[in-house]
Amino acid sequence: MDIPYTVELRRDTGLNNGKIGIWLFLASEVMLFGALFASYILIRVGAPSWPRGDTILDVPLATLNTIVLIASSVTMVMAWASLMRRRFETFRIYMGGTILLGLVFLVVKYFEYTHHLALGEFPRTNNFLAIYYTLTGLHGLHVFGGMAVNAYFWGPGAKLWKTNPVWFTNRVEHSGLFWHFVDLVWIFLFPTLYLL
Amino acid sequence: MTSDHAADMTSDHAVDIDKHVRVYITVFVALMVLTVVTVAISYLDLAVPLAVTVALLVATIKGALVAGYFMHLVSEKKLIYAILVVTVAFFVALIALPLLTTSNGYWIEE
Repeated sequence: MDIPYTVELRRDTGLNNGKIGIWLFLASEVMLFGALFASYILIRVGAPSWPRGDTILDVPLATLNTIVLIASSVTMVMAWASLMRRRFETFRIYMGGTILLGLVFLVVKYFEYTHHLALGEFPRTNNFLAIYYTLTGLHGLHVFGGMAVNAYFWGPGAKLWKTNPVWFTNRVEHSGLFWHFVDLVWIFLFPTLYLL
Repeated sequence: MTSDHAADMTSDHAVDIDKHVRVYITVFVALMVLTVVTVAISYLDLAVPLAVTVALLVATIKGALVAGYFMHLVSEKKLIYAILVVTVAFFVALIALPLLTTSNGYWIEE
């Protein structure tokens, strides 16, 4: 049985089902990260003292990662725009760029983590580091998940372009919505963890 | 950009997409400038309440640019807005929960 409303729009919603699905999923993601942000506020307000992030964390590296992730959002939206223009090869270049930028983000994160671990700064060391590892770790997992889905659309999943280009374009748009959300979360994580 | 763009990829839409691509580039530049602003402000050593306010304000502007243009929320269907209104209401309640605690951040006065 075919999945309904992958291409044509439902009359009542004016949307394809995939888009509603991804937005409902993102709504649940807002609550997931929201719960952790609320925990962060609660722990920080309740602490007798709290270090400024830049006294412990590497701001230049995090700034670099912010630039990398924002750039990846641009390449992601350009990948989708390329499909809208029916330029599949250009899509491949932009999507490949998005995946590579995601990889750069995770490699930078790896160097950050190993640096802190080498200094004996573990999640159990104090509440600041516990919050730092939890929030950035969960975010990193999302980057990895987004990369996996994007890699699928860059590689084997791209077969759909030949048989149903509109459906493929929609799927890339929905994958992009997730990727931009991951970028959006980082935009808030960066100042709250590293700069304040 | 509407969600039904993909349903009809005609040459008119290609022209439309060209306009949007120019917007994406502008938003990209704005996000880069705001990232520099975010970092620069942190070097001003503002008092914590002011620093938090300014940092969150800049982050909110950046987030709105990403959500509005990259995620196409500036011209989305009503149902998506409805989903997001509910989400925002629950999110605000969640973030406000710590405010229900006493000033020391715990539920019990010491």
